[in-house]
Amino acid sequence: MGVVSMIKVSHISKVYHLDEVETVALSDISFEVKSGEFVAIMGPSGSGKSTLMHILGALDLPTGGEYILDGEKVENLSDDELADIRNRKIGFIFQAYNLLPRTTAIKNVMLPMLYAGVGKEERIDRAKKYLQMVGLENRMEHTSNQLSGGQQQRVAIARALVLNPAILLADEPTGNIASDQAEEIMAIFQKLNDQGHTIIMITHEPDIAEHAKRIIHIKDGKIFADSSNHKQRKIKKNQ
Amino acid sequence: MNLSEQFFESLAILTVNKLRTGLAALGIVIGIGSVIALVSLGQSSQQSITSRIQSLGANLLTVNPGAQRNGSVRGAAGGNTTLTNEDAVAIASSPQVTTVKIVSPEFSRRAQVTTGKSNTNTQIIGVTDVYAEVHKLTISSGSFISARDVESVNKVAVIGPQVATDLFGEVDPIGQSIRIGSQTLNVIGVTESKGGTGFQNQDDLVMVPLTTAQKQLFGVNYLSSIAMEAKSSEVMTDAQNEVGYLLLARHNLTDPATADFSILSQADILNTVSATTGTFTTLLAGVAAISLLVGGIGIMNIMLVTVTERTREIGLRKALGAKKKVITTQFLIESMLLTFSGGIVGVILGVVASYFIANLTNSPFVVSPEAIGLAFVVSVAIGILFGWYPARRAANLQPIEALRYE
Repeated sequence: MGVVSMIKVSHISKVYHLDEVETVALSDISFEVKSGEFVAIMGPSGSGKSTLMHILGALDLPTGGEYILDGEKVENLSDDELADIRNRKIGFIFQAYNLLPRTTAIKNVMLPMLYAGVGKEERIDRAKKYLQMVGLENRMEHTSNQLSGGQQQRVAIARALVLNPAILLADEPTGNIASDQAEEIMAIFQKLNDQGHTIIMITHEPDIAEHAKRIIHIKDGKIFADSSNHKQRKIKKNQ
Repeated sequence: MNLSEQFFESLAILTVNKLRTGLAALGIVIGIGSVIALVSLGQSSQQSITSRIQSLGANLLTVNPGAQRNGSVRGAAGGNTTLTNEDAVAIASSPQVTTVKIVSPEFSRRAQVTTGKSNTNTQIIGVTDVYAEVHKLTISSGSFISARDVESVNKVAVIGPQVATDLFGEVDPIGQSIRIGSQTLNVIGVTESKGGTGFQNQDDLVMVPLTTAQKQLFGVNYLSSIAMEAKSSEVMTDAQNEVGYLLLARHNLTDPATADFSILSQADILNTVSATTGTFTTLLAGVAAISLLVGGIGIMNIMLVTVTERTREIGLRKALGAKKKVITTQFLIESMLLTFSGGIVGVILGVVASYFIANLTNSPFVVSPEAIGLAFVVSVAIGILFGWYPARRAANLQPIEALRYE
């Protein structure tokens, strides 16, 4: 493992034009993420890490540079082609969970499969399987507002995994969650990584970042450190 | 995603947020219902006014004394004494007058009517046996004044339902006696209610034989009006001319401008009716247009708000892989389901409301299919447009912009 390139960005930049004022969010970013990596992208607010995340997630397009995701060029793609890429290759985990309100956990997990055209029987089977995997087999019929923050984030993880994406993209996944529940989320991430999932996680908290194998530091839209020298925080599996 | 899957997904979304769905549907229900109810109310008023005017008598001509259009100062119309029983007889028997079917000489004056217990001030009309036919009155109990009653100056009276209630309450008035001035009259009949307040309230009057009114009650020998029924509506003008020339000759007048009487024809009334109808049509169009506008703006607002509120949801769906078309189709199906079901409920509610209003105001129940169709089509179109348009706009945003939408 670790041979196939999952993400390859070369000289990526993102410039916003607001009322003739140029704001450079990212400039000349290049790095590569191989299959099976667990990368944390760290940086203070305003460093451009969220912009980078959106570009990696094909939620936004760069203004310059080249981005290859799992062998596919993500440039000059139409809106619908990007939607397809997101659907098949990327599992999103947002800081604010972004579950559909008043909708049951199982329906939330089934949503990406609906857009991928998976049949109904299989949708239900797979949704159940992944909810079980994140330990919510008893909460499948609970609606979003009946779940705690940690539980909602676990539903979001199940939703992200359900189409077996090339990478998992997590944007401050523990940002809204109490610290003990944050540990649980990190445990799930490490388990998934051990199973071979490629994970990219954005965070501004160093102790959360240390759960990853590799940490990329971003400041002022540029990479200023990229290392795997830290000792990875491993969470003991007790269940 | 095929269409049936999209349909059930949209249905599920609508049932998930019942309050939002309910409020949006309510906006449409009220929008459509109020247009239908308002138009129906207007049409029912129009019909009831038209039918009341027509119920005054078909092909009716009325000769009133003393209302010439120029000349020296005179008393109020009808205050003159130039119209006589002989005029009426002449109209009925003259070979010059060929287009008049029935002639009804009348004398009316307000007077106090009393019984032992109660009294009322009402219109007393001296009539002949043809009065009921000319004025389309029907008898609900007892009988009408006969030619014999007129001939023999009988002290009998036929009263309107209003007078019956005022004087006798629940008691059957037939066979009871009433006093007018110093005379006691026997009630022999009660007329059917014609309702309303036309040119005179036909429920609030007392009819007595013409001779009794002239000789016994008021001591006069002239008439206050002569009502005539023309043979058909086509000959109304002929009848008016024939009677006019006959009366001018009888009153020794040569210039029609100096006539001491006037002839009001049903044609004049019908002109008034059609003018009224025209006014009503304009009014109704205005009412319909305004309520459609108000209802439409209401629907537009609620759809805009509920869909714009869901911009983040649209962003999320795009992030999870929904294509533009899938999202716009979903919202299109949602707004169609919403506006159609709301529209159907609105139509039912509007019709039911019209029915109750008609019942409450005692006017005919009229529902125009055009109003229903227009209200439904316009509201549904607005609902769908403003359910679809903001969704399409949101679907065109970059998903990240939609996700960040506040």
